[in-house]
Amino acid sequence: MAGQPSGSGWMDTTERALDLLVALLVPVCLYTIFQVVPTEEKMGVVQRIFYFHVPSAFAGFLGVVLCAVCSALYLWTRDRRFDRVAHASAELGVVFFTIVLLTGPIWARPVWGVWWTGEVRLTSTLVLWLMYAGYLILRQSAENPEQAARWAGVLGIVGALDLPIIYKSVEWWRGLHPKVLRVSGGQGLDPAMGKAFGLCVFTFVLFFTALLIKRCRVARLEDQVAELTHRVARRSVHTEPA
Amino acid sequence: MIAESGPAVPAIEATGLGKRYGPVVAVESLDLRVTPGESVALFGPNGAGKSTLLQLCATLIRPTAGRLCLFGTNASSSDASALRRRIGFLSHQTFLYEHLTGLENLLFYARLYALPDPVSAALESIRAARLEHRRDDRVGSYSRGMQQRLAIARALMHRPDLLLLDEPFTGLDRPSHARLEATLEEERGAGRTCILATHDLGQGLRAADRVLVLADGRLLLDRAARGLDQGFLEALMTANSASGRAAS
Amino acid sequence: MNYWRAVLLVAARDLKVELRSREQAVTLLFFALLVLVVFNFSFDFTVIDFVTLGSGVLWVAFIFSGVLAISRSFQLEREQDRIQGILLAPIDRSAFYLGKVAATVLFMAAVEAIVVPVSVVMFNFRFSGRIALVVLELVLNTVGFAAVGTLFAAMTTRTRRGELLLPLLLFPAAVPVALAAVKTTTHLLAGRPFERYASWVALSAAYDLIFLAASVLLFDYVLED
Repeated sequence: MAGQPSGSGWMDTTERALDLLVALLVPVCLYTIFQVVPTEEKMGVVQRIFYFHVPSAFAGFLGVVLCAVCSALYLWTRDRRFDRVAHASAELGVVFFTIVLLTGPIWARPVWGVWWTGEVRLTSTLVLWLMYAGYLILRQSAENPEQAARWAGVLGIVGALDLPIIYKSVEWWRGLHPKVLRVSGGQGLDPAMGKAFGLCVFTFVLFFTALLIKRCRVARLEDQVAELTHRVARRSVHTEPA
Repeated sequence: MIAESGPAVPAIEATGLGKRYGPVVAVESLDLRVTPGESVALFGPNGAGKSTLLQLCATLIRPTAGRLCLFGTNASSSDASALRRRIGFLSHQTFLYEHLTGLENLLFYARLYALPDPVSAALESIRAARLEHRRDDRVGSYSRGMQQRLAIARALMHRPDLLLLDEPFTGLDRPSHARLEATLEEERGAGRTCILATHDLGQGLRAADRVLVLADGRLLLDRAARGLDQGFLEALMTANSASGRAAS
Repeated sequence: MNYWRAVLLVAARDLKVELRSREQAVTLLFFALLVLVVFNFSFDFTVIDFVTLGSGVLWVAFIFSGVLAISRSFQLEREQDRIQGILLAPIDRSAFYLGKVAATVLFMAAVEAIVVPVSVVMFNFRFSGRIALVVLELVLNTVGFAAVGTLFAAMTTRTRRGELLLPLLLFPAAVPVALAAVKTTTHLLAGRPFERYASWVALSAAYDLIFLAASVLLFDYVLED
């Protein structure tokens, strides 16, 4: 019984379908990145990191936005489900931002000779990474889950409000320096690359969603276990009640 | 015997009241009605939920289930802040600032409660607490008994209609104990609604019209104090404390 | 009770207790001065222009002592959970928040008012700009920092790792005001025209408004338990 997807039948099917889709897409995506897409002329093979780097950023941002929305909804409705989604989104956001922050320097070093380019998006991502790592630590440090959810709700909303301001301020800060790299797939991007990029973004977003669903399920089970444990404890001996 | 007459609006009205902290349930499915002027003793073993119930009634914390109305107003509504004018709360913590003098402490709270004449209210309260001779001394230099006297003065200064007392006798010496009991008698006589949580069964029975017993967040007993046997209460408490439950 | 009177009352009490105990205020000031001294030794300011580095030096001093000021403001309430005394009172929770922010800003401003002249002396700097703008800029950025810091501190001071957690949360969140502060101060020290840094000043002001408003609305959720 434990570990099985619970909930109504159609949700089970959706989750299974999603898992299957992701399981299919990931190898297709990898194949595309390493075999199908032509090598970029200036940067060489390293440029393929772009297909991990940018979609991860998309997924990370999705996590942040979802966290903010669910935080607000939780504070409004006090429905634990929103809190679980907010928590899971923040966690996944941190994971994907970590990928962004690791792939960035790996890409930059051979291409531009420096580990850290101080580029606007990368710097903003670092700041956000720190903030959401803090979010996770704050949740852990609260006295009880209800307080953790409330405080996290507040922090999630503050984080979202701050996001555009952080971005703008870093952009102005870096404004004097010439942009070291143009990351956006705008003009000059081979159509094959464009399609591959689109595929990768789609895959990453689906991957994010699949992970999110599973993480939420784990969270729900954790809550249930905690509640059952506590109910049992109330019936038996304990040295000093809380 | 509870009087039939009296205002229709209950001082406290709880329906299905519950408070939980994640998986921990502090108070559960509590139904309670306290009429104004009633004096209630609240008993229960450690962890029964007495403090939680009092904090809920003081609007310090919010319920997670059910409804709580104080003097007809919902405790969770935005009007709750005005409600607090009518509530006085006293625990073993004094809420006093050690670096400020006795008078300054009372003056701060008098202003906080927007009393019409804060200065004279503070002076009057400190006189009633018999601390006039120490009023310009820092509270840090007061003895525990004196601090508690000042704390009581603070809690009563705004003449609350509802007094919530969470084991306020803890750590008090004999004379301070007696003085607090006397003050509570006065308040009771003045028609204030009092809820006193205490471990001292005898004292609770003396001071109250009505007895509530909580265990595990639930209401076990709700009876008039008169005719209630202390021994019976003791047995009830033991049976419902942690070790008691293991035995049964 | 009038909302703003409640704010003033909380702020005044903070100030009074602080002036009486003198514990934290002096520590704050000496900490900030210490930062200045360390920087004075670290770099050769006869060679390096204060205009280039001075802004950073000052704001490192202010930010670190600012974090101390903010956590100090809640240490006051922690002993004996005195915050409950305030929560019992018929005032809006957000009035309590604003009172705390006001007191913190005043403390930080006092430190800044002493540290800036001291730095001018210590680093042999000739200041030719307008004092009024310096004051404006200091106030705007301090308010923003204190606004977000106080909201966070209300949470972190109640946790075990509070002292570590506060800077961890505050520094990323305060990046915009930190950047604005350093940039504006640099331009001011160099005596450049207002147009050069007007947008940064606007950013600070916008940040202050947004986060004061957001915190006032969200503060209830932090304390409500």
